Amino acid sequence: MFQNLSDRLQGIFKNLTGKGRLSEADVDAAMREIRLALLEADVNFQVVKSFVAAVRERAVGAEVTASLTPGQTVVGIVLDEMTSLLGGSNARLTMSSRVPNVIMLVGLQGSGKTTACGKLANLLRKEGRRPLMVACDVYRPAAIDQLEALGRELDIPVYRGQGSDPVHIAAEGVKQAVATMRDVVIVDTAGRLHIDEEMMDEAARIKSAVRPDQVIMVVDAMTGQDAVTAASVFAERVDFDGVLISKLDGDARGGAALSVKSVTGKPIIFASVGEKLDALEPFHPDRMAKRILGMGDVVTLIEKAQETLDEQAVTEAEERLRKGDLTLDDFLGQLRQIKKMGGIASLLQMMPGAGRMKGAVPEVDERQLDRIAAIIQSMTAEERSKPQVINGSRRERIATGAGVTVFDVNQLLKQFAQTRKLVKQFQKQGGGKGRGKFGLPPGMQPPFGM
Amino acid sequence: MTAPWYRRLADGLSKSRERLGGQLNILLRRGPDLDEEFWADLEDVLIASDMGVTAVTELVGRLRDSAARHALPDAEAVLAHLAEEIAEEFVSHSGTTDLLDDPITLLVVGVNGTGKTTTVGKLAKQAVDSGRRVLLGSADTFRAAALEQLDVWAERAGVPVVRRDRGADPAAVVFDALGEARRLDSELVLIDTAGRLHTSADLMRELQKVKRVAEKESHLPVRIMLVMDATTGQNGLVQAREFDAALGVDSIALTKLDGTAKGGIAVAIARELGIPIARIGFGEGIDDLRPFDPRDFSHALIGDTER
Ligand SMILES: Nc1nc2c(ncn2[C@@H]2O[C@H](COP(=O)(O)OP(=O)(O)OP(=O)(O)O)[C@@H](O)[C@H]2O)c(=O)[nH]1
Ligand SMILES: Nc1nc2c(ncn2[C@@H]2O[C@H](COP(=O)(O)OP(=O)(O)OP(=O)(O)O)[C@@H](O)[C@H]2O)c(=O)[nH]1
Ligand SMILES: [Mg+2]
Ligand SMILES: [Mg+2]
Repeated sequence: MFQNLSDRLQGIFKNLTGKGRLSEADVDAAMREIRLALLEADVNFQVVKSFVAAVRERAVGAEVTASLTPGQTVVGIVLDEMTSLLGGSNARLTMSSRVPNVIMLVGLQGSGKTTACGKLANLLRKEGRRPLMVACDVYRPAAIDQLEALGRELDIPVYRGQGSDPVHIAAEGVKQAVATMRDVVIVDTAGRLHIDEEMMDEAARIKSAVRPDQVIMVVDAMTGQDAVTAASVFAERVDFDGVLISKLDGDARGGAALSVKSVTGKPIIFASVGEKLDALEPFHPDRMAKRILGMGDVVTLIEKAQETLDEQAVTEAEERLRKGDLTLDDFLGQLRQIKKMGGIASLLQMMPGAGRMKGAVPEVDERQLDRIAAIIQSMTAEERSKPQVINGSRRERIATGAGVTVFDVNQLLKQFAQTRKLVKQFQKQGGGKGRGKFGLPPGMQPPFGM
Repeated sequence: MTAPWYRRLADGLSKSRERLGGQLNILLRRGPDLDEEFWADLEDVLIASDMGVTAVTELVGRLRDSAARHALPDAEAVLAHLAEEIAEEFVSHSGTTDLLDDPITLLVVGVNGTGKTTTVGKLAKQAVDSGRRVLLGSADTFRAAALEQLDVWAERAGVPVVRRDRGADPAAVVFDALGEARRLDSELVLIDTAGRLHTSADLMRELQKVKRVAEKESHLPVRIMLVMDATTGQNGLVQAREFDAALGVDSIALTKLDGTAKGGIAVAIARELGIPIARIGFGEGIDDLRPFDPRDFSHALIGDTER
């Protein structure tokens, strides 16, 4: 639906060929497109105004070289400005030498604070810390149960305290950490509206009670124009230190990130990309800039592939693929790899103009994967390597064994057959040579021009 | 004790207006002239409501036309006209009947954290208050403590809830719940589902399966309610489109209108998809839910609360 920005700009600049300098008229035409792109991405309209003005100033008179088209030149300037506005170099969670360190999470209702609490605890433990989570949301039904459930899942302790005073609970939580030798405390607070005086005051009081090393505001990536209002009041009342952008696994362009950064000046530290407790990444300003402009995030895609794929396993599977005999075991292996990379949706989402490909590839998540694994594991070795032998009665046996319906088994076999067909087609077209290192089809290979 | 809902809405809005110097006031403070600057400012105000550039451009274009045609004298008259135009978007696109008056099984769906579970609790309370037999089904078997959360709401509303353990197949919970609903001869069955992003084809399929099972098992007609957070930006339109394509959305509940976000995305959704808004949520309390009134909403949206 959303045309790549550089394509749109290319249209504008089609009369301007070769070298030269960008004229005011050229640039103004381009700025209209950029303004639209930013507004469509939910960047606050006031932020858009000052941003566009800054870019315009730099772009007028800019030299167009032989290697870049005028469109690419402008996009380059826009990307550059936006990246530096979003934070330039990557921000990190700053901790002090105090023991325990305290991190406090704040934000609007439903933004993802409690989940982020679990994710941060998980991350810090990986870095060798001993976290304690403190449940200070005494308002939302079952909020404390929620944090405790996350604690159980992670096997990380949760302090739930007594009574209904979050300020007291937070302070007690820190004492508890000292007593139990935990070296970092993560305080989950209730969701609150920035215009709720009492609740904002409470947040400020929790903050002064535990003097956190870092207060992180959690901002939903889907937030619209109002993100600036909420963020600036939170900055004023609780003076947070950094931002975590949540729900970036969807297809929201995430202009709120730019808005929040430019009105509060607070660094964006983390990107949350899923409901699972390991779906937390450092925030990359350059990638976010591309995403906001609707240009896809190829770098992340490639990096993820490099990080996650077990090359040995992939090579073996590729070998079989080349011969055209994909087995159900391979299929399961592939799904697992895809899942490790954050699911097809998050991969597709990172590709420029890939929105349309949605649904072309089976989507996998943990819940579904368990079911698929159960089905495949209920098959005999013969069935796994030669799925064509799976007849009706075998299907029933497999379904019973896996605790699913025959419908589910059929569904899986259908998907498998489709994948196998797809693979064969790739073989024919590219002879296996067009594919890159990680077996990505040609269309998914870098480099993408801007 | 509590002020009428639109007052509370207005209170929230006016608080933020004071802080921000007032968006509408910007328009009126400039004087009554309908110059270029007025139209540009008006566009900004509407864009700030999350209505989306496309809808705003068209709406303002139309408004300029009619300002000329009907010789609207000043800014005040234009704004009054605008409120009507926005309200029209809802009225012309949707019927006037309240689907929640009928005996139905309602699947409550939406992306993560919009207020589905809370809205289920509020809807249950309202139905109980009007003397109906209500049953809740807890089909969010995924999120930590989602079951416990719905239990609390069920208790507050005084209604029974059917659930299974965490990790169970949501379709199986729906199967159980609708069996129980037949036994109890329930008049309203509210099924809470797990939050999911519309980009997850797999989770959307899961929801389609839930709906299929519901349609097979329910003794009442099955309807779909999409819960949308009023702070949502342009992605809200994509959400509505995708959930509608996957399930067919019958109505929308627009939540968190007690903040400063205006919920303008609802206008874009009404324009494109014509899905009626059944309820608005404006707080975390069990009674903070009201039917949607296009006129009140559009007046609040452009900041005109003096009604
Ligand atoms: N898809 C996705 N969902 C997320 C992400 N982070 C959180 N969620 C989900 O968003 C919903 C709300 O998350 P919570 O952690 O409960 O949010 P909260 O801010 O603690 O909510 P309150 O305490 O009610 O204000 C849950 O369904 C989470 O699973 C994310 O990065 N991606
Ligand atoms: N201010 C305000 N908060 C609301 C409103 N509706 C819900 N909330 C809050 O928003 C947060 C999320 O609400 P839930 O009902 O848990 O949302 P959900 O859609 O069920 O979330 P998931 O199941 O995790 O996807 C909670 O803190 C609610 O108290 C509302 O109308 N106004
Ligand atoms: Mg929480
Ligand atoms: Mg819920």
